[in-house]
Amino acid sequence: MKVEDKLALNKFDIDREVHIRVDEEKCRGCDLKSCLYACPAECYTMRENHVTFSYEGCLECGSCRFSCDKNAINWVNPRGGFGICYQFG
Amino acid sequence: MEAFDAIVVGAGPAGCAAACTMARSGLNVLVLERGKYPGAKNMWGGAFFGPVMNEVFPGFWKEAPVERFIHRHVISFMTREDCLSVDFKSPHGDATTAPGFIILRARFDRWMAGKVEQSGAVLASSLEATDFIFDGTKIKGVKVGNEEFPANVVVLADGANSLLAAKAGLREEFKAPDLKQGVKEVIRLPRETIEDRFNISGSEGVVMEYVGACTRGLPGGGFIYTNQDSLSVGVVVQLSALLEHKIKASDLIEDFKNHPSVRPLIRNGETMEYSAHLIPVSGVKMMPRLYGDGILVAGDAAAMVLGTGLILEGANFAMAAGVAAGETVIRAREQGDFTARALMHYETLLKDRFVLKDLNTFRHAPHFLENKRIYNEYPELACGLMRSIFHSDGKPRGNTFGTVMKFLKGKVSIWQMISDAMKARKAL
Repeated sequence: MKVEDKLALNKFDIDREVHIRVDEEKCRGCDLKSCLYACPAECYTMRENHVTFSYEGCLECGSCRFSCDKNAINWVNPRGGFGICYQFG
Repeated sequence: MEAFDAIVVGAGPAGCAAACTMARSGLNVLVLERGKYPGAKNMWGGAFFGPVMNEVFPGFWKEAPVERFIHRHVISFMTREDCLSVDFKSPHGDATTAPGFIILRARFDRWMAGKVEQSGAVLASSLEATDFIFDGTKIKGVKVGNEEFPANVVVLADGANSLLAAKAGLREEFKAPDLKQGVKEVIRLPRETIEDRFNISGSEGVVMEYVGACTRGLPGGGFIYTNQDSLSVGVVVQLSALLEHKIKASDLIEDFKNHPSVRPLIRNGETMEYSAHLIPVSGVKMMPRLYGDGILVAGDAAAMVLGTGLILEGANFAMAAGVAAGETVIRAREQGDFTARALMHYETLLKDRFVLKDLNTFRHAPHFLENKRIYNEYPELACGLMRSIFHSDGKPRGNTFGTVMKFLKGKVSIWQMISDAMKARKAL
């Protein structure tokens, strides 16, 4: 089962305000690309030699925040009430 | 706005225990929860242990949404194909003596927060505390966006991914080697199917833990918990090891579900939810300063998790710390002193109680559990040995000791095993 299919099962209340920002310049200079392996929701993907990301499927674990060597990820919580909304947890 | 006696950030186990303790003593308490409801942001493997829940909410199991009471615990060494298990079964008698309770957080936390409201505290969901009100270095409440909520004390219980602990100056950011990442699926199956497959009945529940190939040999493990009509299935892996080996937990959980000894247990199940969370696992080594002027920190935000290999225990510690934080604020209010000097009492309470005692007793465990042989050589050895004992190839067998020695040759030296056993004795 693919992660995107799993995320489709989850309940999200997606905030229009983006809660993850990536400093592209810092990101380009990074060889490790730890974010690709840190994120359990596979929000970070490689596309044409650079990392793209989507904040909509974020499970708010914070793993990317503690993994980026370049400190390129600016991560805040989605605004109160938005984001992942676990039904089971 | 009139100041609250205390504002609690986060309506999880630590926050709810703190809020209840204070509200029951007549304090004016506000609990802020950023989720749409308490539990909306929370997940875990599945069970909590210990008596603190029952101290804070006496007889909780009679009304709380408990999925099952643990009465069977299975620990397994796993290779790519094989699985060797120790299966411990003990009738739990009644709920008061059950060694653990399996729950789903989104349901349970909501119930728990309802009890907090009954105790007289004000609960506000969908509100994220984004910053503190500072008076110099003293904390005088929290901010929700531009709105200010003044309070004499803030009890910070906003979890492993706390953004506020650093802002309060209590901790550096956690580091990847000190964190484990848990991913989990809740898989629906008919109740009878679960009871048949797991050899249980009524309210009985099973915890199954796996070490070895389920994490491709990285520090961590796999788990299955039986809920009433679903299974919680997942893996927990050291975050830094995932990065180092370029492995995704999302792939590991698929491997785990497809393992020959797991697949039949979840067959025909329907995945309902996919979740992830971080666990701070390095104990006292990563613990922040627990108090400051006008602030206390409890639970995962303060890394109060005990990992001894077989269990990761957090909620019980979080609740005990929440109670201690609540008692500290009550005392501070009597004295009219909310400075760090008065709130230091919190640490004294934790040192007296099991929270810091246990974390201290097992302070070497996190380092010991990074030993890669636990997740690679030993599962291979244990399963391989069983295979060589049970396998018959039509030739005369050697004696069992000879089989063991032959099997060990070239894999792990006897001295290495003795050394690891000695280290285990010291750490665990």
